[in-house]
Amino acid sequence: MNDFLKISGLCAQIDDNGTPKEILRGLDLDVPKGEIHAIMGPNGSGKSTLSYVLAGREDYEVTGGSAHFMGEDLLALEPEERAALGVFLAFQAPVELPGVNNANFLRTAVNAVRRARKEDELDAVGFLKAVRAETKHLHMSDEMLKRNVNVGFSGGEKKRNEVLQMRMLRPKFAILDETDSGLDIDALRIVAEGVNSLRGPDFSALIITHHQRLLDYIKPDRVHVMAKGRIIHSGGAEVALALEAQGYQQYLEAVA
Amino acid sequence: MPAVTETREAVETLGQSTYKWGFETDIEMEFAPKGLSEETIRFISARKQEPEWMLDWRLQAFRAWQAMEEPTWQKPEYPAIDYQDAFYFAEPKKKPGPKSLEEVDPELLRTYEKLGIPLHEQAILAGVEGADQAERLPVAVDAVFDSVSVVTTFRKTLEEAGVIFCPISDAIREHPELVKRYLGSVVPVSDNFFAALNSAVFTDGSFVYVPEGVRCPMELSTYFRINARNTGQFERTLIICEDRATVSYLEGCTAPMRDENQLHAAVVELVAMNDATIKYSTVQNWYPGDENGKGGIYNFVTKRGACRGRNAKISWTQVETGSAITWKYPSCILAGEGSVGEFYSVAVTNNRQQADTGTKMIHLAPNTRSTIIAKTISAGHSDSTYRGLVRMMPKARGARNFTQCDSLLIGDQCGAHTVPYIENRNMTARVEHEATTSKISEDQLFYCRSRGLSEEDAVGLIVNGFCKDVLKELPMEFAVEAQKLLQLSLEGSVG
Repeated sequence: MNDFLKISGLCAQIDDNGTPKEILRGLDLDVPKGEIHAIMGPNGSGKSTLSYVLAGREDYEVTGGSAHFMGEDLLALEPEERAALGVFLAFQAPVELPGVNNANFLRTAVNAVRRARKEDELDAVGFLKAVRAETKHLHMSDEMLKRNVNVGFSGGEKKRNEVLQMRMLRPKFAILDETDSGLDIDALRIVAEGVNSLRGPDFSALIITHHQRLLDYIKPDRVHVMAKGRIIHSGGAEVALALEAQGYQQYLEAVA
Repeated sequence: MPAVTETREAVETLGQSTYKWGFETDIEMEFAPKGLSEETIRFISARKQEPEWMLDWRLQAFRAWQAMEEPTWQKPEYPAIDYQDAFYFAEPKKKPGPKSLEEVDPELLRTYEKLGIPLHEQAILAGVEGADQAERLPVAVDAVFDSVSVVTTFRKTLEEAGVIFCPISDAIREHPELVKRYLGSVVPVSDNFFAALNSAVFTDGSFVYVPEGVRCPMELSTYFRINARNTGQFERTLIICEDRATVSYLEGCTAPMRDENQLHAAVVELVAMNDATIKYSTVQNWYPGDENGKGGIYNFVTKRGACRGRNAKISWTQVETGSAITWKYPSCILAGEGSVGEFYSVAVTNNRQQADTGTKMIHLAPNTRSTIIAKTISAGHSDSTYRGLVRMMPKARGARNFTQCDSLLIGDQCGAHTVPYIENRNMTARVEHEATTSKISEDQLFYCRSRGLSEEDAVGLIVNGFCKDVLKELPMEFAVEAQKLLQLSLEGSVG
């Protein structure tokens, strides 16, 4: 039985200028330990909302259902507690923090998480050593560490920076929200490699994407099709290929 | 959004408990009679054994003050101050000099401990004999407790370098020629209502004189503390740097928490001659009042520096987190050719605090330059105004100014205003002004928290990033203190 990530009947809404707008409508999803799953679905199906709700964004109100992560009631935790527990969200649109040095931000985050996990904090030397190994791995220049968080970064640089954060924070469960969008083919390969090398019995991921292309590089164990706030179809990697060939219509009609 | 409700609750719980420096020290004090009159001034002057010319100077200021009206052009509002309902002189009762730390009034020691002054320095501050010979510390301290400078450390080390650093009341007696020449030369007695008041009743403050060619061997620092009830604090600081002299001066302030408002009307005068540099840094943390705006310090201060010599430089850096009302404009008069004025400011207001602060850069001479970087952070129900004047006089050929004012709003109940005055009377002078207003967004907070940072740490990080251009101007140790203070002042203010 899966006791890693278990989402049952999840309903969530957002305040749309005073009127609640329901986005997740009874979503069920299981991601077992060590597996990588993909979610695909048309625009507006609620994929990003799902990622925000799992990471703990406050604008979304959960109105029903549950989400448990390693036995903990995920929805009852603050975003930073979820991060400490091992949940990571790679943002679709990473946020700019003017004046905040990228390396300083990363070190503050890494040490906050280490503190919460009862691990020793990294000193400046230890941190630099660790981060240099990662930037090399991701073909990032050290210069990016000296810039302000995401300020003036190109689309590709932002996404790589997200993957850098993910690798430094060592999550057990990562959500990658359209991390492939805006990447050229080389960057895509590097990012995919950044995820693949984390693959193992202690790392799971949920990859939200519009394109089969990323899944050529990161082979998913399962592919879920999402529409109108629910998972409407699940299958193996072949589902993504079928979607690429025939579009969402086949699945949408099946549930209509 | 739920975050806003939470914020409101969080802000509401922010009571007096968040002001760490709000303790009151129970020390025996001597007061002058309550109220302000010629008699009070004569009393103060006599108690300080001042020469006749000093008394005359004070009385002249007092008469000027009597003829003046309290200004009303500022943005902050406050109830009328009854100048007759305050004490103008309070002095800790003198005892013979203690021989060791054990003999020092424990209350006084505890006060310094709470202020975060290291123990060794405490020994010196408390006047323990021989303590200042023991080990050389990088900072010399002058502690002003209510009206009186309690003690000045490292006087001897400084004297060897030729630097005079002492309470201004000592300077009046020991270096009358210097005081006479410079006191009131930058801020005349009748300059403004509060400066006139200060000139009449000031009781102590610091005096610094750095002779020609001397680079002051350590940072000089003054801790100001208002302790006694119903007292105003009117300190007077005078710093003079002769040709090619350099000094860095730090000022820190705290006060106990009280329900009534207390007036702090200081005057700071700086004089920089040819190629001299004065760096004046302030971390102001007077008690800001409670969350409903009850109590707190009125910080109505006149600070002005004169670059009298060629290529002189005066740099003001201030981090203003305290006071119920902050109302001040540290300014530079650029009279020497090629002289430089700088103003770096962070003003944080929370709860019901009000701030109206900025600078004046008066360019009199050719090729003078000034830089103004002002960062304003408003949270809670507070209100903050940047008000600045850049004036290019007819002779300021080729003068330049660059001004940047950025406001950061936290929540939707606070206000930020920018009021720049620019007067240019020389066609070759150049003035640039940039201004921005932004908010800490939910996006930024969530982004940080999803990386494991607490909400408070996230705000601290974002605010410190916002203030970076100013904080980097502070001396190292002060910068660390200022960063912590920023975070503390904004605790629970997220929205």
